Amino acid sequence: MSRNIYDLLGLVAAVSFVLALKGLSSPRTARRGNLIGAFGATLATLIVFFYASEGSTLPLNNLPLILGAIAVGVLVGVPAARKVQMTAMPQLVALFNGVGGGAAALVAIVEYLRLGADASLAAVVATVFTVVVGCVSFSGSIVTFLKLQELMTTRPVVFAGGRFVIAGTLISVLVVSGWVIRDGGTTPLLVLGALSLVFGVLFVLPVGGADVPIVISLLNAFTGLTVAASGYVLDSVLLIVAGTLVGASGTILTRLMAAAMGRSLFGTLFGAFTAKAQESAGGTETRSVKSSSAEDVAILLNYARRVVIVPGFGLAVAQAQHTVRELADLLTAKGIDVAYGIHPVAGRMPGHMNVLLAEANVPYEQLVEMEEVNPTFAQTDVALIIGANDVVNPAAKTTPGCPIYGMPILEVAHAANVIFLKRSMRPGFAGIENELLFDPKTTLLFGDAKASLTQVVSALKAV
Amino acid sequence: MSAEMALFSIFVLSIFIGFEVVSKVSTTLHTPLMSGANAIHGVILVGAIMVADHSETTLELTLSVIAIVLATINMVGGFVVTDRMLEMFKGKKK
Repeated sequence: MSRNIYDLLGLVAAVSFVLALKGLSSPRTARRGNLIGAFGATLATLIVFFYASEGSTLPLNNLPLILGAIAVGVLVGVPAARKVQMTAMPQLVALFNGVGGGAAALVAIVEYLRLGADASLAAVVATVFTVVVGCVSFSGSIVTFLKLQELMTTRPVVFAGGRFVIAGTLISVLVVSGWVIRDGGTTPLLVLGALSLVFGVLFVLPVGGADVPIVISLLNAFTGLTVAASGYVLDSVLLIVAGTLVGASGTILTRLMAAAMGRSLFGTLFGAFTAKAQESAGGTETRSVKSSSAEDVAILLNYARRVVIVPGFGLAVAQAQHTVRELADLLTAKGIDVAYGIHPVAGRMPGHMNVLLAEANVPYEQLVEMEEVNPTFAQTDVALIIGANDVVNPAAKTTPGCPIYGMPILEVAHAANVIFLKRSMRPGFAGIENELLFDPKTTLLFGDAKASLTQVVSALKAV
Repeated sequence: MSAEMALFSIFVLSIFIGFEVVSKVSTTLHTPLMSGANAIHGVILVGAIMVADHSETTLELTLSVIAIVLATINMVGGFVVTDRMLEMFKGKKK
């Protein structure tokens, strides 16, 4: 294949990526957009087998190994993507992002090993950038995965002198970067990679669980930029365009997400240092709460005129989407007005809850976004909160300095009655006590969301 | 324009395109959009194949083969998981 044909097809792939992002920004065209992106990526991968780089011969060297490695990647990636529970999807995206960053760092390292002293200054700078940011993205994403999978604590991890350790690591990264750029050599580059991996871990550790999605999005943008930088090293326009697109759109998306959660990006990343670590697990809680039976909940619901259901991650974990729809149908049949109040970050990520409820065929019209549902709580008889906590926690408005302070919440406290279906008194993902649980108009029904809902449904049928 | 300047211009123009395309997105689509963008940077696979092609030492080859595996997981897995998310959105529109 001649260089010109290769470049033209590469341009087609690059345009596909622009159209893919454009499509993904609107609900109507989102799926098509993703398929266009997949087409572009497939095209880009196919043509490289016919023209790898200036002066390369066909077939490619190491072809069996290349094909074998691709097969392994497909055999790992596809089943993971198909089998993952929708509830666990955010951490899978984090992992995919991390391995992408790792791949970019490795590509830059290999190219550097080959070029050696021949590398131009600009190429070395791009290599250093790719290695640093790619490694940060890789190790940082693994930590976000561990947090979301709850394999480690979801609270900010802040240790004594932590900020000095982080600052020290960052300075070492910069110094070693300078060393690589000035003197070159393999050893400094590998040291740089190792330091960057450490920095990635330290960078994500202080981030609280509820803010993790913002960090994933930011690391995603980072990975995009590393791909662009390695495209520069490899003289590939396609990689530059694709990487830059992801880097730029990812940055915007990160800001949009932070805005939807009412967080400043800076506050998210460095909040753990500036705010005092809030000790919410201060002893056993002794205040009384009003816990009740499924029958009582059913009666409350039966005599309501308007019910707003607030679904949270607990509902998704219990796989109770179908049962909650059954309950909503039953209430609607009794002439009760039912709506779902969807917080932008209900679940683990912006839009996550919409995906989960769509999976259970909940009618689209009943899903009401936060801004629209909040003014209606005053006319609502019952707010039924299922497995949600942080998104209705008034501390976000009343307690400056708490990890979710400033996040917009669903103002369920304005409803005449508040019912929580919860597994236990355990605080939510952000690890903050919820005052609303102790409010006199709040009723609690403990248990697995699905089991509780099933009981409420049968009690409601008996009323 | 020198070749390097051309690459740099492409970079800068791409930044603006990237900013423009996603300037208005409803929160519902944040997760799929992030996931789709994530899949797109999987094209680093192309770079990984390029370096595997001219790898000479065992070290270079080993690293580039690992890079290919990782990049493939990123790209293929990314598009598949995004499609699964969006499939559900389509269902509820009916």
